[in-house]
Amino acid sequence: MKITDYLKNNIIYLDGGMGTLLQEQGLRPGELPERWNLTHPEVIQRIHRDYFEAGSHVVNTNTFGANRLKFSAEELEDIVKAAIANARAALAESHGKQLKWVALDIGPTGRMLKPYGDLDFEDAVSVFAETIKLGAKYGADLIFIETMNDSYETKAALLAAKENCDLPVFVSNAFGEDGKLMTGADPSAMVALLEGMGADAIGVNCSLGPKALVGVVEEYLKYASVPIILKPNAGLPKVINGKTVYDVLPEEFAMGVADLVHRGVRIAGGCCGTTPAYIAATIKASADAVPAKIEKKNITCVSSYTHSVVFGESPVLIGERINPTGKKLFKEALKAHDIDYILKEGITQQEKGAHILDVNVGLPDIDEVKMLKEAICELQGIINLPLQIDTSNAMAMEVALRRYNGKAMINSVNGKQESMDAVFPLAKKYGGLVVALTLDENGIPDKAEGRLAIARRILAQAEKYGIEKKDIIFDPLAMTISADGHAAKETMRAVGLIKNELGCHTSLGVSNVSFGLPGRDMVNGTFFALALGQGLSAAIMNPYSQEMMKAYHTYRALAGLDDNCTDYIAFAESMPQTVASPTPEKIGTTPSKDEFGSELQKAIAKGLKEQAAELTEKMLGTTAPLAIVQDEIIPALNVVGVGFENKTVYLPQLLMSAEAAKSAFEVIKSKMSGEKATDKCAFVIATVKGDIHDIGKNIVKLILENYGFPVTDLGRDVAPEAVVEETIRLHAPIVGLSALMTTTVPAMEETIKQLRQNAPWCKIVVGGAVLNQEYADAIGADKYAKDAMETVRYAEEINRGLKGANNDF
Amino acid sequence: MVNTVFVRTYCAPDYNKKEILRYAGVSGDAPELNALLQECLDEMAGKLVYRACYREFAVTHYDSYLDLGFIKTESVGLKKNLYGCESIILFAATVGMEIDRLIARYATVSPTKSLLFQAIGAERIESLCEAFCREVAEEKAKIGFKTRPRFSAGYGDFPLEVQKEIFAVLDCPRKIGLTLNQSLLMSPSKSVTAIIGVGK
Repeated sequence: MKITDYLKNNIIYLDGGMGTLLQEQGLRPGELPERWNLTHPEVIQRIHRDYFEAGSHVVNTNTFGANRLKFSAEELEDIVKAAIANARAALAESHGKQLKWVALDIGPTGRMLKPYGDLDFEDAVSVFAETIKLGAKYGADLIFIETMNDSYETKAALLAAKENCDLPVFVSNAFGEDGKLMTGADPSAMVALLEGMGADAIGVNCSLGPKALVGVVEEYLKYASVPIILKPNAGLPKVINGKTVYDVLPEEFAMGVADLVHRGVRIAGGCCGTTPAYIAATIKASADAVPAKIEKKNITCVSSYTHSVVFGESPVLIGERINPTGKKLFKEALKAHDIDYILKEGITQQEKGAHILDVNVGLPDIDEVKMLKEAICELQGIINLPLQIDTSNAMAMEVALRRYNGKAMINSVNGKQESMDAVFPLAKKYGGLVVALTLDENGIPDKAEGRLAIARRILAQAEKYGIEKKDIIFDPLAMTISADGHAAKETMRAVGLIKNELGCHTSLGVSNVSFGLPGRDMVNGTFFALALGQGLSAAIMNPYSQEMMKAYHTYRALAGLDDNCTDYIAFAESMPQTVASPTPEKIGTTPSKDEFGSELQKAIAKGLKEQAAELTEKMLGTTAPLAIVQDEIIPALNVVGVGFENKTVYLPQLLMSAEAAKSAFEVIKSKMSGEKATDKCAFVIATVKGDIHDIGKNIVKLILENYGFPVTDLGRDVAPEAVVEETIRLHAPIVGLSALMTTTVPAMEETIKQLRQNAPWCKIVVGGAVLNQEYADAIGADKYAKDAMETVRYAEEINRGLKGANNDF
Repeated sequence: MVNTVFVRTYCAPDYNKKEILRYAGVSGDAPELNALLQECLDEMAGKLVYRACYREFAVTHYDSYLDLGFIKTESVGLKKNLYGCESIILFAATVGMEIDRLIARYATVSPTKSLLFQAIGAERIESLCEAFCREVAEEKAKIGFKTRPRFSAGYGDFPLEVQKEIFAVLDCPRKIGLTLNQSLLMSPSKSVTAIIGVGK
């Protein structure tokens, strides 16, 4: 019998700890327990057998750390083969009458995935895939992914299982006492991610004893529509009379687990410190439990690597700003591969109150597949909001969904067969909430009933692909009222019909409604409020729009979604006053302006960002942009730079000035089109391969940009080849390399070597915590710079030399 | 006796603003940074976790090397540090992933804040190590032992490569979510591993 069939009507008992028992048998600290499958098969078999005798239906093979990062391909195969054979032998010898299965145990790799570690997501998938293929080959009955404390790595393992075998997959995560994974995910986020990808059972193991895991298990019970696993520790280890013991004994453990089995847990076992006695006690204590019915929760949600966003409770705001349509600067940023621009848009929308970010980077002349993947990876590195992946390119959609660390919103599908055939298989494989536009081959029906009919057809098709109704959200399309006075009314009727007739959620791109009208913001805000009244669940909107935010906050307060109007009051108090507020002088006192040539110079020197931007804006009315750069910004920076060199100004102050100067530059840049803002030469900068520290590099970049150098930042952990390629492409006269660790200096040396061979014209300046003049000389750099200012001085020197030698530069 | 890795979780130690500013490169007075620093501290409140895992090993002293129970080392510096010690507490500590995310988040929008978060992280992990070492010292004092200043891989002639063995015996990824990459860098970055000598 397949375990998933048995699970439908029964409670399944797992095994308990393995590692703690092996230590008792003499496993030394740091020794790899997986080798014991080969060296001590009798010990492993006896442990498995004892669990079967205790009543376990499933034992996990001794393969927790069996992967290619720890073993050679040959040894790995031997280990997996032996591990499964050991479990099978124990199964055959055991006497219990219960049904029995062997699960291939998959634990974490022990490495952190990029961007905060150095293991690439696809490499993690391959590592898991290799073990899983072996498990399937040697006859495991199911895959048991467990003790995962990072959502992204969990996704990699589950994806590997789904792509490489047809076996059932159970997935269990390790939550800390704060109720989160080590990298931040809460239970609802894990449920959304894992259910979306088709895990057969999900749950929690390790970390804590059964009582301490109650809160986490309750969250799983609340959100999950699949059976739930519970495999706690025997509490925590303690030393009593010189002996290490776990502080929860079998009876207490069994009571704790049995209580949660009564409340709906369907798969129960133990983790660290538990033994066959714990399992036997658990089975006895829960003998009277009736297997809880697995209820479909009908929750429409998306998730990030920290939390989920549920539709239907409170209106969901989807920030629309990461989209080049109609935005000149955004288009330029995309063409120049300026990821920072996208990140800033993301961060600002989050600060303004967006719950989800739409991500669209489609432009005719860029590689959308590559760009979308990069944008998704970079955004999810620093922003914990769920993302809505917005593309009509199916390949880009797949690449982005694959890399996305959570359950994404998929924008979009429509009633055309071709669209559904492209999008639904991706949604099925990677999980996701699909935005479905109510249009088809014949366009957008004028009447709400026509849009409802398309929605019905989309639902029917989705079902064929195995996608549930709760994972479709309809966009009944807002059309401008300037073309058709009844457009908004029909859209709102469609919202109501879809909600009442189909029981589905809706989302609207609100701002379309006012296209062609003056004062669009006002129309949008009112339309949003009216649509919310009809039952709209979400809007794709501009979080910078005050009218939209007003509609959102007032609606929540009026609809009883805002206890004590707390959020509304905070929002109202944050609204700008009609009377001009005093200068935002949060930085402290300003010295007499006589020290500086002008107000702008003072603002920059004192690091007042907003002021610097305002003053620049004002000054642009009377002064040429380049004159502002030459006569205002650069002198101010020089004052601060010299102060830094003389140690009267410290690094944070230097940076504050640099940021203020940058904000002034940005104002100037937005006013200049085509004009060349600088006469400085190209500067390529990177943190070398293997090194993930980039704060020093970022500081140098910022200051260089202040001084007008067009800096191409290749990021961190950059391969020598990539540095060479970019240096050649730009014919860059200067390359800056940064390394923080002694272990990455060889990578710096290799980069220099390759640059000398392939780009002999360039000067190389190096910096970073471990470097000094001696090191720099030894690895063949042209210059060691101890800080950002020294780098600037050197770059200016090179730049002057170039201009002297060759006026074409 | 089954030797196990123990885990401890701490409440946030008090902030030392002067230390934070020192880590940020400020060696004198910089009152204009106070507001921004406070903004960073407020933003970070509640986001960090303070975890340490540790394990005790007996030490055997030989003429030319030390047997630490999980490795043998010829490090002169460590030998000096552990002179007269009977055992060591090997520990790893981290303040978690969130501080790395904050540092990265502000790298683009406000490098000043990024630098301050970097400095805060350095001060936080240092304070966590102090709290842990103080606690160990107190516990050992009760049974008549004294502890030595902590000593990390990479100090003097004690090679950084030892990190691999340390991570294996402390099971850091599982116990406190701390990982080691191929360049021997730790993620989360605001983390420390070290040895505390214990002797009469």
